[in-house]
Amino acid sequence: MLRNMPTLRDLATTIRSKNAGVDHITFDLIFRERANFERVRDSGVLSRAKVAALYGIPEERVTDFVVFEPANAIKFTIRRARPSGSPGESDVFGAQQYAPLFAIEVP
Amino acid sequence: MADVSILCPTGHLGFTPLEPASFRAGCALKPDFIIADSGSCDIGPYPLGADGQASPVAWQRHDLEIMLLEARRLGVPMIIGSASDTGTDRGVRQFADIIRDIARENRLAPFRMATIFSELTREEVLGRMRAGAPVQGLDGRSDADEATILRTDRIVAVMSAEPIAAALKAGAEVVIAGRSSDCALFAAPLLNAGMSPATAYYAGKLMECASFCCEPFMGKESILGRISEDDIRVTAMHPGQRCTPASLASHAMYERRDPFREYVATGYVDMSAVRYEQWDEKTARATGARFVPSATPMLKLEGAGKVGERRLAIVGIRDPYTIENIDKAMDWARARLAERFGPPEAAGWTVHYHAYGRDGVMGALETHRPVRPHELGIVVETVCADARRAEEICALAARNLFYARLAEVKGTAGAAALMSDEILVGKPGYEWTLNHVLPVADPSELFRTEFTTVDARMKEAA
Repeated sequence: MLRNMPTLRDLATTIRSKNAGVDHITFDLIFRERANFERVRDSGVLSRAKVAALYGIPEERVTDFVVFEPANAIKFTIRRARPSGSPGESDVFGAQQYAPLFAIEVP
Repeated sequence: MADVSILCPTGHLGFTPLEPASFRAGCALKPDFIIADSGSCDIGPYPLGADGQASPVAWQRHDLEIMLLEARRLGVPMIIGSASDTGTDRGVRQFADIIRDIARENRLAPFRMATIFSELTREEVLGRMRAGAPVQGLDGRSDADEATILRTDRIVAVMSAEPIAAALKAGAEVVIAGRSSDCALFAAPLLNAGMSPATAYYAGKLMECASFCCEPFMGKESILGRISEDDIRVTAMHPGQRCTPASLASHAMYERRDPFREYVATGYVDMSAVRYEQWDEKTARATGARFVPSATPMLKLEGAGKVGERRLAIVGIRDPYTIENIDKAMDWARARLAERFGPPEAAGWTVHYHAYGRDGVMGALETHRPVRPHELGIVVETVCADARRAEEICALAARNLFYARLAEVKGTAGAAALMSDEILVGKPGYEWTLNHVLPVADPSELFRTEFTTVDARMKEAA
């Protein structure tokens, strides 16, 4: 299959999600190659609005969106619907929420 | 000022057993302190609320024994924080008992142990609220009112370095602390050595998760920090790991909303101007942290309260027509439950259908639900104050999927596969009720420290 653009999965070394306290899940995308980091950073494929759409939540629930230059990383945080580990919650560590990021294509 | 060296073997003592080889390699370098944290909120609200623990006692003992024997052999202080996962008074006493047992069995020479308690009663918190101290919500939560406190079963305050530093100054050779900021355990001896809060807390922030700040990814391996003012050098002790600027920087953003700030009782560490460099093959160096003091000391409170008894059932579905219409089947099942048990909110029950194979992992955050997954595994989770009623509701919530009435179903003998017609007893459901801060006059005022001499030669007290 011909693919025109690489995806975040191709470009990032680490894509992870994890609890940040009991009320938030934070997402880290870390790039070994500075060029890949800059390409994604400057492409506009990740932003508060894009992340909110990806997870089907209002933009206010994306509480933080940070470009963290020292680690060649982009980091964002979303507020959970309920605190971690409450009845009805499905990911007590918040560790499996990153998968939708993989397929994002980067111009 | 001479370097202070700290050895950290694990980021969560007891959660899985620490690796002894890299720890002993670190001990050969004669660290000044051996430090590990034993707690986390990641384990969910149940252990705090029910005052239980998440780690097996055997693994806690394994880690404490390896650390204590080396600390006493080297004659250096050992500091453990957030005892037994939650840092409740039970956890502190339990770890202190384990320390005494290990000392007795190994005939250790006498040493001074400090235990620092951080649990608060509801009455203490209510008393402070009534005296005008606001219990302020963190992370977008609203401030706590009396109802919030009354539905909380257990509360711990999170200590910063002050009570630990005071215990060390008073001669403690082993410190078992209740709930603590991870970084405070490391900051305490560094502050005592005359370093700034910026260096002390930032060193702790970098070191608290042991080998997680190194690469490649390995847990439970030791790291050694050599610290002097504005000069933090972290070295991997495992032969296959290195500490690098990239590994330190990526750890600095781990598990936190803001990679630039680390809050403690008296202010925050500003990490926005930190610089990382490679020092030697296995060591990276960090400099440039700043500390911004707050006007009033604020202590974080963590609290968990019981929501109800929990029952679980597992149901599988293979019929493609039922799978396509699973939302209708669940709606039908819920409607029948409400008919029998009353509207969920008013009658005090909840049913959650976790549809694995569709959106069981991500729930409402899932935006790519497959229309026709091959099969669905549905975990039925029921919560209700009364255990028998929770069981009954769970049974009907599961069996109603079996009997779901869908217009064109062909499998008229049953619309679901019950893994077994069995209701599983879950741990009671709890929730995090407090993620708040309380203003205080003195950052030590909520904590109680006791000193004892652990003397293996002494007979047990009658």
